[in-house]
Amino acid sequence: MKVELHSIHKYFGKVHANDNITLDIPAGTIQGILGENGAGKSTLMKVLSGFIQADSGEILLDGKPVIIHSPADAIKQGVGMLHQDPLDFPPMRIIDNFILGAPGGLFPNRAAITRDFKALAQEYDFSIDPESYVDALTVGERQQLEILRLLWLGARVLILDEPTTGISASQKQKLFATLRKLAEQGKTMIFVSHKLEDVEALCHQAVVLRQGKLIGEMKKPFDPKKLVGMMFDKEVSLGARQSAKPGEVLLSMQHVSLEDVRLKLKDLSLDVHAGEVIGLSGMEGSGQGPFLRACAGLTRPVAGHVKLKGHDMTGKSYHAYKHQGVEFLPAARLEEGLVPGLSLTEHFILAEEPKGVFIDREYGGKLAAERIQSFNIKGTPLSTVESLSGGNQQRALLSLLNDPLSLVLIEHPTRGLDIESVIYIWSKLKERCKQGAAIIFISSDLEEILQYSDRVLVFFSGKVSEPLDAAQTTVEQLGQLIGGKGWPEKKAA
Amino acid sequence: MDSNTIIIGLAGVLVAAAPLLFAVIGETISERAGVTNLSMNGTILLSAMGGFAVAVSTDSILLGFLTGAGIGAAVALIVAVSSITLKQSQVAVGFVLALVTRDLSYFLGNPFMGLEGPRLPAWNIPLLADIPVLGPLLFQHDLMTYLSYLLVFLAWLWVFRTRPGLMLQGIGERPAAAFVRGANVNLLRYAYTVLGGALVGLAGPLYSLSVKAGWKGTISGLDGIGWIALSITIFGGWNPARAAFGAYLFALLQWLGLVLQPSMPGVPSQVLQVAPFPLMILTLLLVNIGDAEWVERTLAAMPEGTRRFFTKLLRAMRASPPAALGVPFESD
Repeated sequence: MKVELHSIHKYFGKVHANDNITLDIPAGTIQGILGENGAGKSTLMKVLSGFIQADSGEILLDGKPVIIHSPADAIKQGVGMLHQDPLDFPPMRIIDNFILGAPGGLFPNRAAITRDFKALAQEYDFSIDPESYVDALTVGERQQLEILRLLWLGARVLILDEPTTGISASQKQKLFATLRKLAEQGKTMIFVSHKLEDVEALCHQAVVLRQGKLIGEMKKPFDPKKLVGMMFDKEVSLGARQSAKPGEVLLSMQHVSLEDVRLKLKDLSLDVHAGEVIGLSGMEGSGQGPFLRACAGLTRPVAGHVKLKGHDMTGKSYHAYKHQGVEFLPAARLEEGLVPGLSLTEHFILAEEPKGVFIDREYGGKLAAERIQSFNIKGTPLSTVESLSGGNQQRALLSLLNDPLSLVLIEHPTRGLDIESVIYIWSKLKERCKQGAAIIFISSDLEEILQYSDRVLVFFSGKVSEPLDAAQTTVEQLGQLIGGKGWPEKKAA
Repeated sequence: MDSNTIIIGLAGVLVAAAPLLFAVIGETISERAGVTNLSMNGTILLSAMGGFAVAVSTDSILLGFLTGAGIGAAVALIVAVSSITLKQSQVAVGFVLALVTRDLSYFLGNPFMGLEGPRLPAWNIPLLADIPVLGPLLFQHDLMTYLSYLLVFLAWLWVFRTRPGLMLQGIGERPAAAFVRGANVNLLRYAYTVLGGALVGLAGPLYSLSVKAGWKGTISGLDGIGWIALSITIFGGWNPARAAFGAYLFALLQWLGLVLQPSMPGVPSQVLQVAPFPLMILTLLLVNIGDAEWVERTLAAMPEGTRRFFTKLLRAMRASPPAALGVPFESD
C-alpha cells in the first residue's frame, strides 16, 4: 500500500512537534525514519496510526485521502503499528491475545483461528505455541506475535517503533528477514529508529527528522556520516578505541559458582584491573546478569571467593561492597536506579553521606546545579526524574555516583539512547577509568561491547568464555560465540 | 447422619450460597474491568433493607429485587464516576461508601424493623425436581437460586469464551492495549462497574426476602458478608467458576460447622464458626504457591516431563489480579 503524508502539522501547546512534514512511501518498500529522541518521529507515527489527529495536513493511502480516527480505525484501513513495548496482554494465552479485538461474532471460532495462526506462523517461520502464555515469551517473540496479529487483521502498512531495542542479535536478524519478506509481498514497512546501523542494514530509503522538521532523505546505499550529520546538525564520531593501561587487581573472582532458578555458572575465575573495561556479552538470560550482580554482592555465590582490593568479600552484603566503592547501575533505570516522584536535587541529597536529620536544601540545590551542568542533563534541579528522557535519566544516574569509586557495574548503559548520549555517557565512564576505576557492563549491542571494552566475556547458556581481547575480536566472531558456535570443547564441561 | 439429612443440608448450602454468588460474580466482573468496588459490604446491607422495604410496601417481590439491583447500580455508579472520571482512589471512595451505606441502611431501615414481609416462593422445576437425589439437591429451590447457577455459567462463558469477554479482560489487564484494539475503555468500565454493582445489589434482597428473610437492623446478621465476598473474589482469582467454588466452599464450611457441633462437644463453637476464614486463607496460599522461589527451585531440579506437568498445573492455578486494577486510563 502506498502511503503519502502531506504537510502534516502537529502542535503540543507551543511545541511544534511536526512541522510541515511531507513524505511519500511507495508500496513494497522499507522506509526508515531516523531522528534523535524527541525529534518528532513518534508524533508522526501516532498521527499515521490514529492515536492523535494532525492539526492540519492530509494522509493518503493508495492515493485516496483518509481520516484515521483511532488505532482501531487505522488497522481497519490497513495500517498496523508495532509498539516498542508490544501492546499485548501478558497473562493471557497466546491464542486469546491473538483473538482479542478482532472483529467477529460473539463466540470466536477458536479452532479455525488456531489454524489461521499456525498457518501464518509457519509462513513467517515463527514457532509459537498458541496455547502457551504471552508472559512466557521473550520480547522478540512478542513482537513476532504482534506482527502476525496485525497481518492477520489485514495490515498492509506496518509501523515499527524502535523494534530492535529490547531484542537479541539473532532475533533482530529474524525480524529483519520477516520485514524484507513482507516488503517483497508489496507491503509497506515504516521503520522508526535512532539506530543508524539498523536503518542501514534494512531500509530502502530513509528520512531524518530533527526538531519536528523533515531535514533530509536518502536512498540506499546510505552515507552514514551524512545521516548522522542530519540527525545532530553536526559531525559526531565514536572516536578511536582507547585502551586502558591496566593497573593493580581490583576485583578478583576465584572459582566462583553461581546458581539461580534457570541456570548454573560454574567455576569462574577472573581478575579485573583498575582502569579496565570488561564487556559481558551473550543472549539475554545466559548468565551475565547473575554474574554482574555477584560482582556487586547482590547475588551470593554458592562456591568460591570474591576479593575486592585484597579484602575477602565473599558472602558480604551489597552495602559492604558499596563501602568499598562498588556501584551498580541496573537496566531498569526508573524502577531500580532512580526514585520516580523525587526531583534531581532530592536524588543528590539522598546519594550524599547523610549529615544530620534535616535536609540542607540550599546545599542540595547547589550540588544539583553543579552536576546538571557537568553531566549536561537536560532538566532543572526541580525536575522529577520520570520527566527526563531516557538519555538524561542515564546521565542523572551517572552523576549520582560518588567518589571514591573503584568498580562500576552497569546493565545496558546505553539501551534506548541516541548516539549523542551514547558517546557522552561513555566519555564520562572512560573518565572514571582514567581515575582508576574499573567498569564491568552488560550490553546486547555488539558494537558497543567491542568499541568500549578492553576484554570481553561471552556467556552462552551458563558457560563463560575465556576473556577475549576486544581489539582482536570482530562482530562476526562475537556473534557466533553468542549463538553458541565456536566454543572450545574444554569449557563445555 | 443419614443420606436424607445430607441431601437436605447440601441443598441448603446451595441456597445459602446463592446471594454470595451474586455478590462475588458482580465484584469479579467489576474488578475484571479494572474497578474495585469496595463498598460491597454496605451495598448488600442497603439493598437488603431497601429491597425489603419496597417489597413490604408494595407487596411485590419483583419490585423488591429491582430496588436492590438499582441501589447496587447506584452505589457502583458513584464508585465509577469518582474513579473513572474523577480519577480518585477507588480504595478511599469505596471504603467510605461501605461505611455510609451500612449506616444508612440501619438508619433508614428503622420503620421496617421486624415487619412481616413477603418471601421468595420455592418453585420446583417440573420433571427435573423428580429426579432422585439430584432433584431435591438442585431443583427444589427458588428462582433466584436457579439464576445463581446460571449466572456463574454465563459469567464464565462471557469472560473466557466470548469476544466482548476477552475485551473485558483486556481493559482490566492493559487498557492501553485494549484501546488500540478498539475498546472504548472508560465506557466499558462504566458499564461493567454498574452491571457488577447491580448484581451485588441483588444479593441484598435475596437475603432479606429469602435466605435470612426480614429486616432486623444491626442483628440482621448481614454485616460482614460483603467483606467475605470480597475475599472470595480474590480467592477466586477473578474467575467466575473459581469464585463460585469459593462461595460454595465457604457456605459448606459454615454448614459443617453447624452439623459437626453436636458431635464435637469438646471444641468450642467459635472454632467451627471461625474455621472457614483461615481455611480460605490457606487455600489462597496453596493456589499461589507457584510464585514462591523455593517452589521454582524444586521444579527446576525435577526431570523435564514432571517439571512441565507441575509448571502447567501451577500456572493454571495461579491467579494474579488484573494488572490495571484501580489504575485510571487516559488514551494518550
